This record gives sequence, structure tokens and C-alpha cells, in this order.
Amino acid sequence: MSIFEGFVFRRIDTPIHRLDPRVKFLYTLVMLVLAILFNEFLALFVLFVGQLPLIWVARVQRSWARTMKGSLALVLLIFFTNLLARWAYAGFRLHPVYLEESLAMTLRFLILVESFSIFSLTTSPDDLSLAMEQAGIPYWFCFAFTTSIRLMPAIARDAQTIINAQRSRGLELERGNFLTRIKNYIPILVPLIVTTIRRSLELAEAMESRAWGATEKRTSLTQLEMGKTDYIATVLLLFLLALAIYIRVSTRIPNLTSLIL
Amino acid sequence: MIVVENVHYTYPNGVEALKGVSLRIKDGEFVAIMGENGAGKTTLVLHLNGLLKPTKGRVLVDGVDTREVSVAQLSRKVGLVFQNPDSQFFCSTVEEEIAFALKNFGFSQETIEKRITWALNLMNLKQYRHRSPFTLSGGEKKRVALAAVLAWDPQILILDEPTIGQDYRQKEKLRQFILQLNSQGRTVIIVTHDVEFVADCIPAPRVVLMAGGRVIADGDAEEVLTNPELVEKASLIQPQISQVFQELADLGLPKDVLNVYEARRIILERWRGR
Amino acid sequence: MAVIEARGLTYTYPESKKPALVDVDLVVEEGEFVILTGPSGCGKTTLCRCLNGLIPHFYGGELEGELYVAGMNVKEHKTWELAQHVGLVFQNPENQLFSLTVEKDVAFGPENLGLPREEIRNRVDWALDRTGTTPLRYRAPYELSGGQQQRVAIASTLAMKPKVLVLDEPTSFLDPRGAQRIFETVNRLNKELGITIILVEHRLDLASVYADRVIVMNDGRIALDGTPKEVYLSGETEALGVGVVKVVKLYQLLEETGLRLRDVPISPKEASKLLREVLSP
Repeated sequence: MSIFEGFVFRRIDTPIHRLDPRVKFLYTLVMLVLAILFNEFLALFVLFVGQLPLIWVARVQRSWARTMKGSLALVLLIFFTNLLARWAYAGFRLHPVYLEESLAMTLRFLILVESFSIFSLTTSPDDLSLAMEQAGIPYWFCFAFTTSIRLMPAIARDAQTIINAQRSRGLELERGNFLTRIKNYIPILVPLIVTTIRRSLELAEAMESRAWGATEKRTSLTQLEMGKTDYIATVLLLFLLALAIYIRVSTRIPNLTSLIL
Repeated sequence: MIVVENVHYTYPNGVEALKGVSLRIKDGEFVAIMGENGAGKTTLVLHLNGLLKPTKGRVLVDGVDTREVSVAQLSRKVGLVFQNPDSQFFCSTVEEEIAFALKNFGFSQETIEKRITWALNLMNLKQYRHRSPFTLSGGEKKRVALAAVLAWDPQILILDEPTIGQDYRQKEKLRQFILQLNSQGRTVIIVTHDVEFVADCIPAPRVVLMAGGRVIADGDAEEVLTNPELVEKASLIQPQISQVFQELADLGLPKDVLNVYEARRIILERWRGR
Repeated sequence: MAVIEARGLTYTYPESKKPALVDVDLVVEEGEFVILTGPSGCGKTTLCRCLNGLIPHFYGGELEGELYVAGMNVKEHKTWELAQHVGLVFQNPENQLFSLTVEKDVAFGPENLGLPREEIRNRVDWALDRTGTTPLRYRAPYELSGGQQQRVAIASTLAMKPKVLVLDEPTSFLDPRGAQRIFETVNRLNKELGITIILVEHRLDLASVYADRVIVMNDGRIALDGTPKEVYLSGETEALGVGVVKVVKLYQLLEETGLRLRDVPISPKEASKLLREVLSP
């Protein structure tokens, strides 16, 4: 499941990590808008490549690379679906520009994965929860959110143990037709659900034992405060957004194909 | 016979759990693999039925390299009982749980019936045959998990941390049971950090002591567990009797004493001889 | 002053036919270090859950009899109120830590109480210091070893400033060294801060040295109650399914065959000292 590696937070001290989570979330939103705003290969390529320095500054290259590798299947799917659609629509004729357009759509997907990955890799779920809290979202929701993230590696480990246990009882997951394979996952899912429920009950007990629900007015050890860097980053992002809209409205971005051919 | 040849294993996340482990376990031996949490004991036994394949080196079970056969094939010979029974129950009755592996291994329906009855009787679980495994107590669940493995009669039995959460009586029964299984000719391997449990086994097992992904000692329990430097390096604690005799070493008493009856004999001898 | 008082405490879990606790009478004075033990299913875990109100509030069911903890009637106070006087540390370290830094986890309880930030910070610093976990402050709980996690769990409970600390088989998943560190930490809290300790354990060999009192339960009732020496010498522990500490067993075996040591040892050190007395030339 290497595609998920690019979304697991890693505690490293970099300027990106130190940015306020709200700013980073704004960043993913801006990237989303920009990715949708443009469908030209050149523009999307710039957006994709433009984020790479951020990955390097945040020192999360390896995790990010693993996610990119993990998304390969989806990438190919998007590329070929787009290409086939255009080819069919054009009366089964192929033109190089279709390749470019399909690549552009693929890049759009990659840009979204990339920006969200940068956000998740550099933002601690605790800080994210804090950001949500300070934005007015009720605490129980923020807590549920953080806890599910917190639990994911634990549940993944449980799943692995269960798979090991069942394989040791002769269960062969790689064999059989489609239906058999689905059936073979029951011995994995049932214990996993039971284990997860048990885990949640234990967590609930522990929460109660630490005075969960004592008061509506929960306080917090730390607080998110926007610093100078955060404000500068916000301004830059908004400027970027404005610039992009201006470019979209005023100019026409050419196809790479027409430039080459 | 199990042969572990210079096995190295690194987990996908980069942690090197085994750093060159070599080991030979002959048929019919009783071995305790001991060490602190994280020493690599469980990682090692997961190699013995093929769940993990070495990143370097190899593991041979009865001459067959574990990389060349499936886990299902190896499990037929090497029965691994996991620590937590909850990580394997999924059927509506105990009977089905035990039948699961037997079906996977291709036993005939007739044989399955017989084996289930045999295993349930062996573990004193007859009355739970049609009960849901989820409604059983912790101790009963552990017995069902063990019965499920014994049902297919593996030649080699591995128990991963069988004493965790068990009370005194349960541990006593477990110990008797393990010794009995071993005396019937099965190879029994237990992974544990419970020194007192091992110290109470008569006859004492062979102890393979692990620390930091390596084997730091391999010999009789009486030699290994009574050696303070080794026990220290493995981050374990010496059995109480052994600690006592350690302190009294200057009186000329033997140092390799593990069990309490032997201790009494020696003390009485010395006392009467005065 | 009695910090725990139970009279005729009886409890049956909602879907169960057999009561888990039967007519339990118990008085624990402030500052005591009590080991609570017994065979599996004897009711010790159930009793722990009563002490901070999880029974009856979280588990439901009917709790008969009386139970007062830190002067409060458990039936009449919610768990979050009781949690400020009784801390409960559970068996599995992983399932009682919620946050992604140790600091945040220890702050969880005080945050729930709505305490001012300064107070939370002070409590976190204090709890980390008292459990020797200050160096782990910014680490993620899931990166820590089991033993470290349990000490963080103790710190998190300590931050509530409870009078009583209840630990339900806290060392089940730990190796002997890890277990010993937990007992040492808990012992320090008892001796230095006067916190009453109720420790549910099977590992009597390591824990007995610290306890003032051992209570053995069986079938929902209290079967034995006394100092460690009294309880282990009673000769009834094995019948109840509770092991005897090895060195005590040695004492008993020697006594059977005519060699009586001056006193009953609870630890290997004591045992070797007593043996030296009789064996030295």
C-alpha cells in the first residue's frame, strides 16, 4: 500500500513543516483551483514542476516518490482512458495532440496528489485538529478525525498479523478464481473488525477515565498562531491565485504539439 | 530439522530486525527463544513457516528452502500458534474454527470430524464444540487456538509468547502440556521473555538468547539463564532461584540452579553436612 | 482516612448470568500500596472498573452495595468527576494514548477539565518529571517501546492529580525489565507523593517487594487479605490459582523438611541473606 506513504506525517524541522496548517490547507485549495483552471499541458506541467522545490525543502522526497510510484496504476488508467476517448470521438483517428491532452489530464491528477501529499506529509494531525478546533469545528469531530489517523498504522498492523495467522492455517490468498478470492478475505475481515471494535472500546474506556466530557469548554495546551512567514505565504498564495485567473482570462496558452510540429 | 543459515531480515520500513542469525533445531528438541521485546524473536519464528523470507541467508525446514514452498505447505509441518487468539477467530462455532485449517490442508471430511473431536478432548473443550469462539473467556480462547493447530498434528509446534496474560494455574497447565507434547516426539519452540516459566520446566529446555537481532547465547537453560552477563545483555531478569544462588556463590554453592526443588536439595545437603 | 470503602459490593454485567463481584467488603487507607490478584475471571478487573465509575456508568448493569472512593459515592458521580481522584491505567499501552506527541497525550486529561493553559503546562511538566518521561516529551507515542508507552500512560493519568492510581495488569505486554521499571515508577509515586496504589498483577515475583498488602480474589469474592508474607504463607494461594513467589516457595519447601529460616523472604536478596545465616560455617 505504498500509495499511502505520501500521506503519513513525518516530524522533520523544515520551513514547510513550521508553516501554520491553515496556510498549507489554503495551499492545497489554491492548487486545486489552479489545476482545474487550466487544461493545457504546458500550464499543468509548470504547476507540477513548480511544487517540486517545496518537496525538496520539506525533505519528504522519499515518501513522496513512493506515493508517486504507488499511483502509477491510476496514472496509466487516466492516461489511457483519456486517449481512448479522444481517439474514439475523433472517429478512430489518432493525432499527437491527443497524447498531449491525455498527458495534461494525467498531470492534473498528479498535481492534486502532489499538493495534498505535501500538506499531509508536513502537517501533524494534532496540529490539523487544532486548526479545525480554532476554526470552530466541534471538538469531538476533530478528535475522531485525529484518532482515526492515529489508528491507521495500528489497524494496518493488526491486518498484517491476521493475514499471517490465517496463512499459517493454510489460507492461500493468491489462489483461486475471483469469487474464491473474495471469500478468502472473510477470515481476514471478521477478525479485523472484531479487533478494531475491541480497540475502540478500550480507547473509549481510556477517554472516560481521563475525564472526557467533563466540560463543554475544553482548553488546549497549545494554540496555533500565525507568524510572519505564515502571513507572507498566504499573501503569496492569494497573489498566485489572482495571477492565474488573470492569465486564464487574458491569454491563450498554446499546445506544445503545435509549437513543435 | 530446522536450519537457519546466517539470516538477515530488514522490514520494509527499513528496520533491520535480524542481523545474521544461525541456528539448528533438531527433531524432538524443546527450545525456548528468549529476549526482550524487540530482540527479534518473533521475526525469527515468522521465518520458520515461511511468512517472512530472509533478505539474506536462508532457512531450511527438513532440507527444503522456505523460499521455494508456500506458507501453506510449510505450515502443514510447522504449526505456529499466535499470541492473540482474537487475531484469527472468524467462525460461528469452535468446531468450524478447528475445521478451517483442516479443510485448507485437504483432509477428508471423515478425518476432519475425528481430528476435531480429538483436539477438543485433548484441550478439555468438548463442551464448547458448538459455542461461538467470541463468547469464550481469554483462557478458553487460547486453548481453542492451540487445539486448532494441534488438530492438524504438525511435527513442529511454535508458540509465540504463550504465557502473556495467563494466571498461575493456566501457566502450570500450559507447561505440563508443552512438556507432554515434547515427550511425544514433537519439536516444541516457545518464544517468551518469561524466565520463571522456563525455569520451572523439568526437563529444562535449550535456551536461545537473543538481543538486538542476534543470537548471543545458545545452550542449556541452566547455563544460559544463570549467567548474569548474558541475562543482562538480553535485558532479561534472572530467575529468582538463580539470583539467590548467585549471591551465595562465595559459599561454594553451585551457580547453575534454576528450579526450586533442586535448590532445596542442595541447601539441605549443605545444611546437614555442616 | 479510608480512600476506598466498599460494603457488600455486588455486580453482574448486563448480558451475564453470573455475578462478577459478590458481596465485596473492602477498606483501603490512603497511601497504601495494594496488590490485587487472583485467577483469571476472579473479578479483579471488574473491581478496578468500579473504582473510577466505568461500572456502572460506562458498562451499565446494576451495581448493588456501597462504594465510596475519595469520599464520593461511585453510583452518584459521573466518571469524569471520579477521574479527578482515581486514575486508571490499562493493560494495553497502545489503546490509551491518543495523540501524536507525548506532551499532548499527557495534556489530554487536564484539557478535558477545561483548566487554564498555564495550569495544564505545569501539570504536564510535573507528570513527565515524576514518571521520568521528560526526554520523551516530543516523541510520538506509537514510536515508543511498550514500557515507555506505559510510563506515558501513567503520566497522563497523573496529570489529573489523582489520590488513587489503579493499574490493571499494566505489565502484561512488557518484558521483565520493562515491568520492573513500571513497578519502580509506581512505587516512587506511592512513597514520594503518597498516592494510593491498587495494582492488579499476576507477576507477583517482581511486584511483591513494593506492596504493603496483597488481596486475592476468587469467584467475585475477596478470598485472602493481608501483608504479602501473611498471604503467601497462608498455604492457600496455590489452591486459589495464584502462584507463590519463588523464594517464598523455597522457604516453605525448606520448612517442610525441617529447615526453618528466621523470616520469610519476599525477594532474592532477602532470601540469600537468610540462607547465609544458616549456611555460613
